[in-house]
Amino acid sequence: MTAVIETPYDRLIQRDKVHGSLYTDPAIFAEELSKIWYRTWVFVGHESEVAQPGDYVRKRLGLQDVIMTRDRDGELHLLLNRCAHRGNQVCDDARGNASAFRCPYHGWTYRNNGELVGFPFFKGYGQRKLDVALGRVPRVDSYHGFVFGSFATEGQTLLEHLGAAAGEIDRLARLSPDGRVELTAGWLQHRTQANWKLLAENETDGYHPQFVHGSIFGVTGSTIGPLYSDSSTAVTRDLGNGHSENDLRPEFRKFAEPMRWFGTTESRVPDYVAAMRATHGRDAERILIEGGPHVMVFPNLFIAEIQVFNIQPVAVGECIQYSTAVQLVGAPELNRRMVSQCVGSVGPAGMLLADDTEMYERNYAGLASLTPEWVDVRRGLNRERVDENGFTIGGATDETGMRGFWRHYKSLMEAT
Amino acid sequence: MTSAVRMPAALGPVPEGFDRHAVEQFLYREARLADEGDYDAWEALWTDDALYWVPVSGEGGDPQGQMSVIYDNRARISTRLKQLRTGKRYAQAPPSNLRRLLSNIEYLGGRNNSEGSVDLEVGANFLAIESRSRGTHLWGGRTTYRLRRRGDDLILAYKKVVLVDNDQPLPTLGFLI
Repeated sequence: MTAVIETPYDRLIQRDKVHGSLYTDPAIFAEELSKIWYRTWVFVGHESEVAQPGDYVRKRLGLQDVIMTRDRDGELHLLLNRCAHRGNQVCDDARGNASAFRCPYHGWTYRNNGELVGFPFFKGYGQRKLDVALGRVPRVDSYHGFVFGSFATEGQTLLEHLGAAAGEIDRLARLSPDGRVELTAGWLQHRTQANWKLLAENETDGYHPQFVHGSIFGVTGSTIGPLYSDSSTAVTRDLGNGHSENDLRPEFRKFAEPMRWFGTTESRVPDYVAAMRATHGRDAERILIEGGPHVMVFPNLFIAEIQVFNIQPVAVGECIQYSTAVQLVGAPELNRRMVSQCVGSVGPAGMLLADDTEMYERNYAGLASLTPEWVDVRRGLNRERVDENGFTIGGATDETGMRGFWRHYKSLMEAT
Repeated sequence: MTSAVRMPAALGPVPEGFDRHAVEQFLYREARLADEGDYDAWEALWTDDALYWVPVSGEGGDPQGQMSVIYDNRARISTRLKQLRTGKRYAQAPPSNLRRLLSNIEYLGGRNNSEGSVDLEVGANFLAIESRSRGTHLWGGRTTYRLRRRGDDLILAYKKVVLVDNDQPLPTLGFLI
């Protein structure tokens, strides 16, 4: 007989419901920082933000103030913004180009790879070299330029972590005639008074759009609403490792119209469509019809067709959503349209995301109520099935993605 | 996209014929209509070639290549207001309680417009107090307006709102700033 040891998370995370305290308990948030944010692979930024040697940009990774740099050899680093002397911040600009960072407090100076290159008045140390450096995120890797960091010195590789989600990032890159994505349009920063998991769960929740976004779908005659209806043929897919997607391709295949996924027609973007046909040949039609991914990469990268979100926690009840427009190399015709659509949709005044954010904040406030204690995630359990590749899929409006999120979350939180 | 890039004319001298009292009254009225969510009257202030811009990172870069909080042409202003009028724009339903102050109003110059006349460019500082269930938030910054004469009236061709904290994370901005 095997003894089954029940963990606290067995009680809090069940197949069809999760406990409200997971969103509101500061002790659980503290545990998430060490077991998720400072352990697993976390999305930080994109290589195109530091395109040239010497480029740097300030980022957040959990509560950490991180400087993403590219050194003179072209290598990327995620350095912690903390002088090895007394802990002062060594970098105060949001971005720039510099070969070194000089701490303003006592003049200690670091190369942009983190090495200490000098400090004033060395006689006080009896030596010219000290065995210290800027802190760093020990593992840095990227996929199609999306940069991730992990504070765990060993463990899963980035590719192992991404698993099936890597194929979704491939789909995004394939929308560029050159096969390359950039994130160079700058980031909006949206302060959100809610627990970060409410956002992660919502990103592939196909149940809410008709309600939360009914106001904008109605006045613009948008074709998005029906993608997330009860009669939609789109599916919600649990991609494993906490990743999930709304796979809208079945709906787009039904119409079989190139660029419908982007809300336009090929006659409006002829240069782009021609470039795609030149690059992809026979596959071009399928790619132009199927469009981009709608994928949530655990714990904090959300790619919604033409926009990219980076979610970072601040406290148990606060997080920041960073959002920007996808820019496709070799597609200038599309890029300006993507910025325009994205500006209209996301960020603090976005006609979609401001309403999502209102829901996150009301949801977080609502969770303060003592009963019924649980958050219900059973939608679609009655009709879930396994697809031809072995992934669990549900209907367009089902909570299949959330259940995949929680299963992975639980495995990380139970790890020692 | 065809050449929708509107290269604004260079800033010239302050044009004649803009009465300071009338200009100030117009700016105060625009502020009050926004505070009170009088969307029809606010929409009627705008020209057909309107531009309503809330950049990030200071003055903002090329608004067609870089993200902004708001970058609305006339059509998108109309869409934004239609969404608000549904009463289901949850970021503003229920609506925020708002009052704003304008000060430091300066005539900055004139710009030739597409109608062959010269718009008056005016700058003003503002403070807006927003109250909603999330809490009370103080918004502040500098606004640049371009005003056009239409008969005896003034209309609004351009409003750029540079928030002092637009390089920082901002809370939801559901109202007309």
